[in-house]
Parts: sequence; structure tokens; C-alpha cells
Amino acid sequence: MVNKEVYRTLGLSDVEYKKIVDILGRDPTPTELAMFSVEWSEHCGYPRSKNLLKLLPKKGKFRTLIGEDAGGIIVDNIAIVFKMESHNHPSQIEPKQGAATGVGGIIRDIFTCGARPIASLNSLRFGSLQGPYNKYLLKGVVDGIQFYGNCIGVPTVGGEIYFDESYSGNCLVNAMSIGIADKDKLARARAKGSGNLIMYGGSSTGRDGIGGCSVLASKEFKHNEEKRPTVQIGDPFTEKCLIEATLEAIATGHIVGIKDMGAAGLTCTTSEMASAGNTGMDIELQKVPRRESDMEPWEIMMSESQERMLLCVRKGKEEVIKKIFKKWDLNIAVIGRVTDDGIVRIKDKGEIVAEIQAHSLTNAPVYDIAYKEPAYLKQINRLSLSKISEPGDCNRVLLQLLSSPNIASKKWVYEQYDHMVQTNTVVLPGSDSAVVRIKGTDKAIAATTDCNSRYCYLNPHRGAQIAVAEAARNLVCSGAEPAAVTDCLNFGNPEKPDRFWQFKNCVEGIVSACKFFKLPVVSGNVSFYNESPKGAIYPTPTIGMVGIIDDTRRICTQYFKEESDIIVLLGRNKEDLGGSEYLKIIHGLVNGDAPRLDLKLEMSVQQAALESIRKGLVNSAHDCSEGGLAVALAECCISGERIIGAEINLNYNFRSDVLLFSESQSRIILSCREESASKIRDIARKHGAPFRIIGRTGGNKLKILSKKITLVDLSLRDMHYKWTDSLQSLIQA
Amino acid sequence: MKFGVVVFPGSNCDQDCFYVVKYVLKQQVRYIWHKDTQLNNYDCIILPGGFSYGDYLRTGAIARFSPVMKPLIDFAHKGKIVIGICNGFQILLEAGLIPGVMLRNNNLHFICKDVYIKTENTDTPFTNLYKHDQILKIPIAHNEGNYYIDNKGFNNLEANGQIVFRYCSIVGDTAGEFNPNGSIQNIAGIVNKSKNVLGMMPHPERSSEKLLGSLDGLNIFSSIVRWIKSH
Repeated sequence: MVNKEVYRTLGLSDVEYKKIVDILGRDPTPTELAMFSVEWSEHCGYPRSKNLLKLLPKKGKFRTLIGEDAGGIIVDNIAIVFKMESHNHPSQIEPKQGAATGVGGIIRDIFTCGARPIASLNSLRFGSLQGPYNKYLLKGVVDGIQFYGNCIGVPTVGGEIYFDESYSGNCLVNAMSIGIADKDKLARARAKGSGNLIMYGGSSTGRDGIGGCSVLASKEFKHNEEKRPTVQIGDPFTEKCLIEATLEAIATGHIVGIKDMGAAGLTCTTSEMASAGNTGMDIELQKVPRRESDMEPWEIMMSESQERMLLCVRKGKEEVIKKIFKKWDLNIAVIGRVTDDGIVRIKDKGEIVAEIQAHSLTNAPVYDIAYKEPAYLKQINRLSLSKISEPGDCNRVLLQLLSSPNIASKKWVYEQYDHMVQTNTVVLPGSDSAVVRIKGTDKAIAATTDCNSRYCYLNPHRGAQIAVAEAARNLVCSGAEPAAVTDCLNFGNPEKPDRFWQFKNCVEGIVSACKFFKLPVVSGNVSFYNESPKGAIYPTPTIGMVGIIDDTRRICTQYFKEESDIIVLLGRNKEDLGGSEYLKIIHGLVNGDAPRLDLKLEMSVQQAALESIRKGLVNSAHDCSEGGLAVALAECCISGERIIGAEINLNYNFRSDVLLFSESQSRIILSCREESASKIRDIARKHGAPFRIIGRTGGNKLKILSKKITLVDLSLRDMHYKWTDSLQSLIQA
Repeated sequence: MKFGVVVFPGSNCDQDCFYVVKYVLKQQVRYIWHKDTQLNNYDCIILPGGFSYGDYLRTGAIARFSPVMKPLIDFAHKGKIVIGICNGFQILLEAGLIPGVMLRNNNLHFICKDVYIKTENTDTPFTNLYKHDQILKIPIAHNEGNYYIDNKGFNNLEANGQIVFRYCSIVGDTAGEFNPNGSIQNIAGIVNKSKNVLGMMPHPERSSEKLLGSLDGLNIFSSIVRWIKSH
């Protein structure tokens, strides 16, 4: 009988331990116990989330690829493979390496499918920059992403950064990667063919990252904990060589299956490849390239050393594969072979140290988790406008919002990322979505990440729907048709019923919105236990979305292009101050309900905008999000290479702050030439989208009037300075 | 005529250069593995950007010991055309084919953005299609682009017309505020004394297609083709 302390330290419950004993018919060996602990962790086995994740839709307009290391869609003959994954806990402890290995891990998930990674994005969340540790985290995470991403030559083209106190003590680092491949040349993550060889390629195995997924990522952060040894160390140069060697190896046609060693390392690759192929595997640990000579078998099986791949190679072809890896100065070794008995058998110096049915490792127990509506909701959903003073000076408010780190330009960050390597980036960071062309075609891929977690905190179901709707809206604004989703679900401790209620409602929100828009969720990741002693993070279901642009001549960006263009608003201004950046920044409130969302209205606005862009009628398109109409208009003026003013004339009975800063959904600001406006009007009418001409571009000011009363009158220079400079000033203060 | 693009482990702009030469310039081009030593068939060799050997020691310091470098130095000494872009420039410095050294950017950050550079010498194989003082919009993407050379060396560069590109404003002002990385006298690209080897930090292969926002870099490659055809 294994000591309770041991399996509990590994993250297993008493019930789970008993189950392991039942499966094996005996007590587990230390290696077996280690293997179960990592495979049954939430990170690998999804025991707590699987029942809900099953509900996510799998079909859309394009054929989908689901079930390998990353999912994707097929467009013509091209497979577009993508996935987003969290690296929150490691980044909170060691931000540079945590973020770096987050990038490395997600990129391996892409090229292990045989796809060349062509773009990376990331969604980052930190506590307030007033806190020195949060500032350290932001700098460290950005440094990690640039250190790894720049070196491997995959452009970091987009993403988002939010600041909120709920992330103080548990930051979020969600990394997304996109790759492309010939649809017929994708690789599978499986071992097949008794007698075929199991080869190990890439970095050697060390003691780094042991228990990363089971111990580190499966508990809340508490005070005074020392978990640094569980963080992995990244080596981007080896990863770059590994990308090239892997793609060359797959191109030989001799690879039966391949899987990257990420979370749970050798345990995960051996058991999941065998399980996927309905085979077994004999592995000899002495053949595994190691950095340290005295590693225990369980350490080798649990190590999360980076930049390693496990390959199933057709018998007799091992020399061909060896040659490729050696050319790139990488380790390559035959460490075992495929068997037909369904058992993963691990030997150390010939002695069996683990012998487990592959399926029993990969079929983690699935739990129905208790949930309960959180007590805070009733309190916080109340919002009485009459108790909020209307600002006397909206100019000052707008400047304050433009300086808010959630809204201000992220140039200080993205200029540290190589966002142009591979010469595909058509729309650079700083617009609604990033766009990369597909060489050799007229097509391009637009991509974005999105989640307003404050909305999710106030209303998890609708907040998650809004994340989907807004991501799609961002893609549409670049001229892309939204095609598919990857989600990265970041939540608190699922064992607490109110946290799990948030999770359940967010997943259901994603399900309903994705079904409505016919968007499949092709890949994703769940990260629980994002809590510090102060409590859970805001529920954060980050949506990564990919869209398709058919004609690279019809790509749109958010900033005004010409003087004297007509400015059009698609959608409706409504009274939706709940959860707004305005309430938070100006009044210090996180109150009310999330903005209303009418999915039909959303769809009509998106369709009208997309058709107008595709017909070449639109000069710029920008969605209204954080900061509302006023901030969106300011961004249209100041975020381009050339800054252009505007005069806006509205006619509403709303309070000035409601009109300017309400975050009503389903709104897109377009600019177009005078003669295009009536054509856009016709298109909007056809789709049932509200259409209104609200002003004209030109001059060196942004002026917003309602009922002929001037609400905003600001010079572009003042707005530009605040918006461009604020984040850097905060970081360097 | 034939271009070669050297691939060091860790090069990551090799495919971008290859693409421009083959599909935009429509010239013959081949990859040269860093262990290859046969360079006789090439008219121009490109050392591309990236992170050869991860830049783990000092940029370009390991790559310059690759087997391809000895024949490459001979190739350059014969007066044939070599262009080093970004990491390629750093390798040329380490190999001693052009004078000077590279320091970290003065803000201690990687910088990726469009910059403007001014063409100061059009009498080279790389710039003969540009006008004197022509301003080009070309991106940079580097950690170590802060070029340094001592006074004597700098005077020699100037006297010999070796300074080809300087960072400037959109209208050509070369004041210090338009220098993105702290390089001495805003130097963005220089040639060797005999002007057949160019090192430059900005990436012309990223500004050779209209779709990517600028065509200003393409004439560097076109100038090479023109020069080789006329020699």
C-alpha cells in the first residue's frame, strides 16, 4: 500500500487511488502512480470538464479536423490547424520561462500535426500595474514571448492584454498558434503497426517541469509556496531546429504517428499514442537521452523537459529519420517498439517498472461536479444610474479612458515581438484582427483572441456569448468570414460550487453562441485552480477565432483612410453601462449586468459589414467594444499610420456618458466614400442591420455632438499622445 | 544568374529571402546548407536574418565558424556579391568581411517596426536603382542593431563612401531621435571597401511586395540583378 501522503502530493484523491488499485489488481509501482497522476490531471484527462466540453459544436461551414493535438479546418486543399493553451501557473511563478514555454508548447502542438506554424497570438491578463509584482509579471511574460517567439521565426501577430485586480496573484498567459499544411499530408498522434519503432527526438530529458500539470496546475496558489522547480526551461533554438527536422521527417512518409512531449511528457505521449492507435508499446528508459545520469524511472516519465517529440516510425526506416535529426544536431534514439497487447510497458535496464493498459491511463475518471449560483451576483448586478454622477467634462473622461491600460495602445508590447517574419503579415498588430496571407493563393487568414472577463463575472453565460460575438465581429471588420474557434477556459477551483457554476454557464454560453453562428470549436484547453488567497480570477473563457479572407485585395483595417469620408454606424446605441470600462475607471465600479446581446442583430450587423467590405465599398471598419462609441471613434482617428479627425452628429436623449461610453454590443463603425454610402445602406437593409450616417472624417480634431450640443472636442494630438504613451509610462514608472 | 541563400541552424528569414528572389524577382535561387562548401555556381549569396545558433553566445559569433564561411570569404574576396541582412549582417561583422561590431539596442529591447532609411550611396551593386538620398520604408526586427565602430574606422567608412543607409525620419531627417537602436551616426547599412559586400539591419525582403505595405526594399535585389548582368 502506497502512503497516502505520496499520492495526495501527486494530486490524486483517495477514490482515484483506489480506482488505480482496482485497474491494476495490485498496488501501483512508483512509476505507475506517477503516470496515473499526470494522465488523470485536469490538464491531460479533463475529468472535471469533459461532460460539459462534449456539448461544444463540432461542425461549421468548413470541414473540421478534431481530436489530434490541435484542431483545424480545411479550406480548399489547405488544412489550417490551430489551438490555444494556457500557461498560467508557471508564468505566475517564473514569468519569462513560463510564457516562453507556453509559446513553445503550443507551437509544438501545431507542427506535430505536420503543419508549419505561421502565426502566434496571445491573451494575457495581470493585476493592476500599480502593483510591483504585476509589473514584473508583465515585463517577464512579454520578455518570454519575445525571447522564444522571435527566435523560432513564427510571427506574433496579435492578441490582447487586460488588467484587473482579480488576476493579481494569478496571471493568465494563453498562447495560440496557427499552422498550415497540405490537407493530405497531416500527421496523426498515434502508434500503429506491431513492430514499428518508437523513436525519441529533440532535447534530452532532465528534471525540469516534473509535476507541472498535476501538481502545479491543479492547485490554487497559496502563500509562501515554492514551486519554481516545476517550471520548465525553454530552448527556442532547439525548437526551431525541431520544427524543421519534424516537418522534414513527416514529409518522408515514414512517420506513422508523432506527438510532442508537453504536459506529462513521456507518460502522455506513450499512453496517448498507444491508446489512439489501439496498440501497446514497450519502452526502455535507458535509451532515453538524458541530461542527468541518476534519474529515477518515475522522474523520466514525468519530466516536462521541453522541445521533445515521440515518433512512431515504420520499421526499417529509422536510419532515414535519424539522418534528418542528426543534420539538425538533435538527439534521436530508438527507445521502444509498438506491440499489439494494448499495454504501455516501461522498462528500466530490462526490468519492468510500469505495465498499464493504455486506455486506462487515457480514460480518466469523469466527474459530475456540484455547482451553485455564486452569492455575489445578486449584489453586484444592481446598478442605479441615478446614483452615478454624469461627468461635467467628457473630454477629460475620454482622455482618461484612452489612457486606461485596457484600452491604450499595446505598441510597447507588440514592437518587441517579431510580427513580420515569414512575410505573410498583411495587417500588423493594432487593428481589430491580425491578417496573414496564404502564399500561393489569393486567400488570407484573419485571427483574433477575445474575452471581456468583467462581463463574464457579471453574467457568465452572456459574457461568454459576447466573447464569441465580439471575436467574430473583429474578424468581420478585417473582411474575413468567421470560420472556427479554439477556446482556452480559465477558471477558479472547480471543487468550489460557485466557481464551477461560472464554468458551466460560460461553456453553455459558448455552445449557444457558436451554434447560432455555426462556428465549430475545433480545439481548446481548460485551466482550473486559478486562484490566489484573495479569491478566484474573473471567469475567463478566452475565445481564439480564425476567419477566412477570400481575396487579399479586400482586406480592411480599423483606422480612417481619407478626409471627407462618410462615417456610418451599423447597429444600435443603447443604454448598457453595466460592466463598462467607464464605470470601472471613472467611478471605480464593477456593477450592473453585462451588455445585452441580441444574436440576430449581431449576425445582421456582421453580414452587412462583411458584404460591404467584400464589395470594396468600405475604407475602414472598427467594432465598438471597451470604452464604447467615443473610444472606438477615437481609435479610428488615431490608430493608423496617418491620423485623421472626424465630426460626429448624433441625436439621442441619453445621458452624455451613456451615449459616449456605453458598451452596447453589435456595433461597427465604417468609413466610406460619399458615393458608397447608399450602396452600404442597401446592403444593411437587405440584412436587417440598423444603418445610420453619423458624421464625416477630416480635420485635426474629434468632435462629437448630440442634439447640436458638443460633448467631445479634442485635438488628435492630445488623444494620440495619451493613447500611445500611457502603457509605457505605467510600466516604466 | 543564380542566388544562394545560406541556411544556418536557427536562420529564420531564409525562406522569406528565397521567396522574394524566386517569386517576386523571378530569378534562380537555391538554399545553401551551412555545411556546404561549393559556392562556384552562384552569382550572389544572401546571409539571411534569424537567430543562427539561437544567438546564444553573441549574434553571429558561432555561425561564422560554420564550414560555409571559409569559401564564402573567398567568394567575397573574388569580388562576388554578398548581402547580409540582420543576423546576416552580424555574421559578416563577426567574419571580418565588413568592419565594426554590433551592440544591443540602446533600449535593451527587441524592436520590430517599420523605419525609414536614406540611401546615401547609389554607386554600389545594391543601390544602383535608387536615387541619391531616396527615403525607403523598410522594417527592422532585431535585438542587436546598435552598430558601433571607433572614430578612425568611422572616418574611413565615410571617406570611402561605405555608409549606404542611415535611419531617418519620413522626410529624411537623420537626427538622433529617428535612430531606433542607437547605432553610431544612424548607420543602418554599410558596404566593404570594394563595395561588393553589404550588411544591413532592415529587412528588404519584408518590403518587396505591395500587399505587405511597402515595395521600397525590392530595388536592393533588383539592383543586384542589374549590376551582375552588366558586369
